[in-house]
Amino acid sequence: MLASLRRIAALIRKELLAVLKDARTRNMLMLQPVLQCLLFGYAATLDLNNVPYAVLDRDRSTASSALLAKLDGSGLFHRIANLTDAADMRRLIDNQQVLVAIQIEPDFQQRLAEGNVAPVQVIADGRNSNTAGAALAYVGAAVASFNADWASDHGLPQPPIEVEERAWYNANLETRWNLVPALVGTITMMSTLMLAALSVAREREEGTFDQLLVTPFTPVEIMAGKAIPSMLMGLVQATSALLVAQLWFRIPFAGSYFTLYVGLILFLLAAVGIGLFVSSIAATMQQAMLYAFVLIMPFALLSGLTTPISSMPQVMQYFTAINPLRYAIDLVHRIYLEGVGLDQVWSDLWPMAIIATVTLSAAAWMFRRRLE
Amino acid sequence: MTASPFADKTRRVLALIRKEGRQVLRDPSSLAIGVVLPLMLILLFGYAMSLDVKHVPIAVVLEDRSSQAQDIATSFQLSPYFETHQVTSMEEARDMMLSGAVEGIFVVQSDFARRAAAGDARVQIIVNGIDGNTARIVEAYADAAVAQARLRDAAENPDAPVVSGGQAVVQNQLWFNSANDSRYFLVPGLIVLIITLIGAFLTSIVVAREWERGTFEALFVTPVRPDEILISKIVPYFVLGMGGLLLCMASARFLFAIPFRGSFVVLMGASMLYLLVSVAMGLLISSTLRSQFLACQVALVATFMPALMLSGFIYDLRSVPLDIRLVSYLVPARYYVSLLQTIFLAGNVWRIILPDAAILAVVAAGMLALTSRATRKFLD
Amino acid sequence: MTAAVIIGQNLRKQFLRKGKQPIQALDTVSLEIAPRTLAALVGPDGGGKTTLLRLTAGLMRADAGELTVLGIDTKANPQAIQDRIGYMPQRFGLYDDLSVQENLDLYADLHGVSTAERKTRYPQLMEMTALGPFTRRLAGQLSGGMKQKLGLACTLVRAPELLLLDEPTIGVDPLSRRELWDIIRALVRDQGVSVLLSTSYLDEAERCEHVVVLRDGKVLAQGPPQDVTSLAKDRTFLATPPDGETPRVTQVGLLDDPAVIDASPEAGKVRIVRGPDLNTQLPASSALARLQLESTSTRFEDGFMVLLQRAAPAGQPAPKAPPITSIVQDGPRSEVVVVHDLVRCFGKFVAVDRVSFEVRRGEIFGLLGPNGAGKTTTFRMLCGLLSASSGTLQVAGTDPGAAATRQEIGYVAQKFSLYAQLTVAENLDFFASAYGLHGARRRERIDWAMAEFELGPVKTQLGGQLPGGYTQRLAMAAALLHEPQILFLDEATSGADPMARRDFWRRITALAQAGVTVIVTTHFMAEAEYCDRIAILDSGRILAQGAPAEIRKRGATNANRNPTMEDAFIAVIEEARAVASKDKAA
Repeated sequence: MLASLRRIAALIRKELLAVLKDARTRNMLMLQPVLQCLLFGYAATLDLNNVPYAVLDRDRSTASSALLAKLDGSGLFHRIANLTDAADMRRLIDNQQVLVAIQIEPDFQQRLAEGNVAPVQVIADGRNSNTAGAALAYVGAAVASFNADWASDHGLPQPPIEVEERAWYNANLETRWNLVPALVGTITMMSTLMLAALSVAREREEGTFDQLLVTPFTPVEIMAGKAIPSMLMGLVQATSALLVAQLWFRIPFAGSYFTLYVGLILFLLAAVGIGLFVSSIAATMQQAMLYAFVLIMPFALLSGLTTPISSMPQVMQYFTAINPLRYAIDLVHRIYLEGVGLDQVWSDLWPMAIIATVTLSAAAWMFRRRLE
Repeated sequence: MTASPFADKTRRVLALIRKEGRQVLRDPSSLAIGVVLPLMLILLFGYAMSLDVKHVPIAVVLEDRSSQAQDIATSFQLSPYFETHQVTSMEEARDMMLSGAVEGIFVVQSDFARRAAAGDARVQIIVNGIDGNTARIVEAYADAAVAQARLRDAAENPDAPVVSGGQAVVQNQLWFNSANDSRYFLVPGLIVLIITLIGAFLTSIVVAREWERGTFEALFVTPVRPDEILISKIVPYFVLGMGGLLLCMASARFLFAIPFRGSFVVLMGASMLYLLVSVAMGLLISSTLRSQFLACQVALVATFMPALMLSGFIYDLRSVPLDIRLVSYLVPARYYVSLLQTIFLAGNVWRIILPDAAILAVVAAGMLALTSRATRKFLD
Repeated sequence: MTAAVIIGQNLRKQFLRKGKQPIQALDTVSLEIAPRTLAALVGPDGGGKTTLLRLTAGLMRADAGELTVLGIDTKANPQAIQDRIGYMPQRFGLYDDLSVQENLDLYADLHGVSTAERKTRYPQLMEMTALGPFTRRLAGQLSGGMKQKLGLACTLVRAPELLLLDEPTIGVDPLSRRELWDIIRALVRDQGVSVLLSTSYLDEAERCEHVVVLRDGKVLAQGPPQDVTSLAKDRTFLATPPDGETPRVTQVGLLDDPAVIDASPEAGKVRIVRGPDLNTQLPASSALARLQLESTSTRFEDGFMVLLQRAAPAGQPAPKAPPITSIVQDGPRSEVVVVHDLVRCFGKFVAVDRVSFEVRRGEIFGLLGPNGAGKTTTFRMLCGLLSASSGTLQVAGTDPGAAATRQEIGYVAQKFSLYAQLTVAENLDFFASAYGLHGARRRERIDWAMAEFELGPVKTQLGGQLPGGYTQRLAMAAALLHEPQILFLDEATSGADPMARRDFWRRITALAQAGVTVIVTTHFMAEAEYCDRIAILDSGRILAQGAPAEIRKRGATNANRNPTMEDAFIAVIEEARAVASKDKAA
């Protein structure tokens, strides 16, 4: 037992040395999570600010000005043109100069004063329907706020039911709060899976694998010696991503580190298991790398990182059950933002444990089989 | 030996292209990236990924069981956007939210009826704000559901006092995507990803592999010219990329019925330019680094990630901070995304197409020049 | 006489290393190779042979000096040179996912070989390389030697004006080597090709018209090989070992004698090159004094050793006999490796066909055979890397796959597989731990390995950047750290220079004396003389087995009464192949 542990320790040391020795690789592994967190944290936002819009105000009344002031005052809209011709609206939208164009009819104030419904036409560029939808929702909110003001100014009754909206865990509904913690899982998965996939493939390509096999290492020891260094590096990356989230983006951490790291370790085991399985199939480093990538893509896309799992078709939702990243993102979100304990994330832990067990045993079986 | 220098050149280029083509076809991993991945992405983007929110699980807590409250709950049940779970207490709902079983809670508090009588009716919608985007959409749908209940109410009780007073209402028009289908922009964006993958990611390995395996040393001491090596590295991956493009086009058109409003020729031209940019970038990375692992990692970070994040494909560049937006101008994929979205959904808007295409052409020329400078027949 | 094809003047080339002393690969090298000449570059590893060839091929540019090839300045227009020459790098990078035929076609296309030329050329190349049956096999699935031959065939698809070959015969078996030389000589004779090749086989250098000896980036000698050979004129002798002593043991004693420059076993005797003072009285302690010496003809290798010794910096210590400690002695001559009717098939292909042999403790057993004969497959089964299809196989009394067995064996693979990203010290550290050494014992063994294999100076260098000779020593050191009972060496001297080979065999001899069982494969037939017994394999079957003297007899003909091991080897293989083809015909 002791001898076995010593051998595993030697292999771990060797793996770490081999990877971390090369300055370029070391930088790649260490800087990448930080850079990606920063980049994604800033770039990947579905929140809108600074929506460029144009107005064709045919009324030019106090009411229409009040409505537009609502938009301009929201801080989200940025008026770039006051138009006089409807054709210009078309042109500005076609050329992507504005995202939204608003047209106010000449009788706007009059209709309001008469107690009628006064239409406001809002045209949005649907080339990115998500952004357009968000922009329309903002316009709707501004108009609703305008209505409320109008009603109170003119002594009219308020709308009969007021909907009180409240968001838990992320009161301001910032995309970043969602995304950056999710990256902790995504980035580490990419690197650990890739590292594990390459670790055996590299030895095979360089011919050192045979040399390793003639030493007293047992297959289980080799697997452990290959899995642990990749996991360690994954943990370091996860930690640096967490630090960026907390120290740079100031996203408050609500849960316990212990719970989080228990979850992360299980997740990394699963990721490394998949990586080693890829490694056991691949003949060359190139194959290992490309296969790993082909797997990482659907894992990342079907994880809920970019689009919610609940809006996927049922079949695809079933498929996500074998995706460790799905559980990891859920787990990190809930521990980080909601602050739940181990018992609450149990539903994320056991699937990852099963994935890890299955992939690691499959990899061990493949290694043994390829020796024959 | 043989005829003209040009014939010699052609023969050498063809021999190298044949070699490269065979390598692609025989290596299962190249095919995995060149064929399997595009197909998989098309299916994922077409069928699985959607930013449209539907069937969101919410808990409905009716502390007040008046008919008006029941009415509102029914309208949540009827809404295609929600999957309701009736629970009796707020505690229960809170637990469901904590365990991740529901994404939101709709609460009608016990004093609802009393306050409604006083003209101050209130309901509460609590959403899990982690995914801010979804949360916002859920809120909007919840508003709509409540409004729906009111309308039904009004229809059923024509005698009830009608709210009078002027109100501004929004008439929305979503141009280019009136169906409000997120596929309309995800699938054209997907073309960018696939071309980037085949063009840059796959090629980032091919030159480094020749260095690592030592195949270049023998190849260099033949009549082969550097430009011939370069051409032979570009052509097969260019063809593969065009194949991926056509596959995407076909699926966009026939599988997902995404409108195509511009000209096919313009689209092909733009795609070729971007493909050239990608291939040249992949080759440049590969010949500079000469290590497969590093080259593929750098290719991911330098080409694929920006194409995903900074191209305006998912995340609209109009909403990112200024400095990031400035960086995005350096990302070639940005111009291609803009071209694709315009050609697919808006038509031949030359004021967008011409400058974008011109930029891509310049970048392609520059990248090719850099790559050919990096392709030299020296070991040191 | 036309102008020389290669004219180099005061060539210098330095390689910069980050944070370390730069390496002076070439230091004021001048040389001249006449047209239609077969010229050889020889010298110890790291002497600058490869760098010189790369400069000549226009792949690198010299820091200083002039180099003109075929009348063209290499700096001004390397492409014009590359259009006209053929070059085979040491590690010929074949495209693994192309078949043998497709690799050949690629190079034929690149060189513009016409279809008509191919019709005559291809059969010749296939004949030489014996790759005919494998034209559709992917290059990645060929054995090491076969890859080497294919690389050569790709270089020879046309007859260029100048042919540069960097160690073309590493890992190539004697039969193919002979055919390869026939082709090269025919190219020079019939087509007027000039050839410059580097080699570590000194008998090959002897067959050239011009020899350049390079050491540490400097030219030691240049001219016809006879010039070098004559340096040892009248100083070469054959000695018969005393009764009961193997030539290799006698040789080790002689190597330590200051009056002896070189000693090597040869046909049951020991060849000796004596120092310059033939007439001085030998001290009584001298190993030479107790031997009967007979004068013999001088070979190039003898002169080469004299040349190197003369140029050696004074006071360079000769390697000491290694102190091998604590080898378990249980019954002095028990059988340690027993192989009986061993068969291994890959699909329908029978790689190893009913092979049987036994190796006793302390024996050196040699497996010889052409490329693809099944030596490496046999080795891999002995080391537990491959399972047998049928037959029995016992190593150290048990099954080779068992972890306990692996503790007892050391294995040096064909490619000296070490971790390129780790330093020498880190490599040793890792293998020591892998074999369960720890604490003081581990330090002691690592110190031993560092001292024994003289790895101290390169301790902090990366495994991947070591000069050839060190790589081999490091591989040996790693395989011996745990003091194995049995040592497997697969072509461990392939590509090593003559001095490194002497050192290597010294160590092997000492190990065997200490009771270590050694099993080797090699393509140097002269090295078979070090073995107690050898087996010759072809097509997976053992064709001959016995002591070197017995095997040598199989090569005797009326014309040649004293065949060398190489003669015998070729005779045995050709005889068996003739029978096989007759069987096929019938």
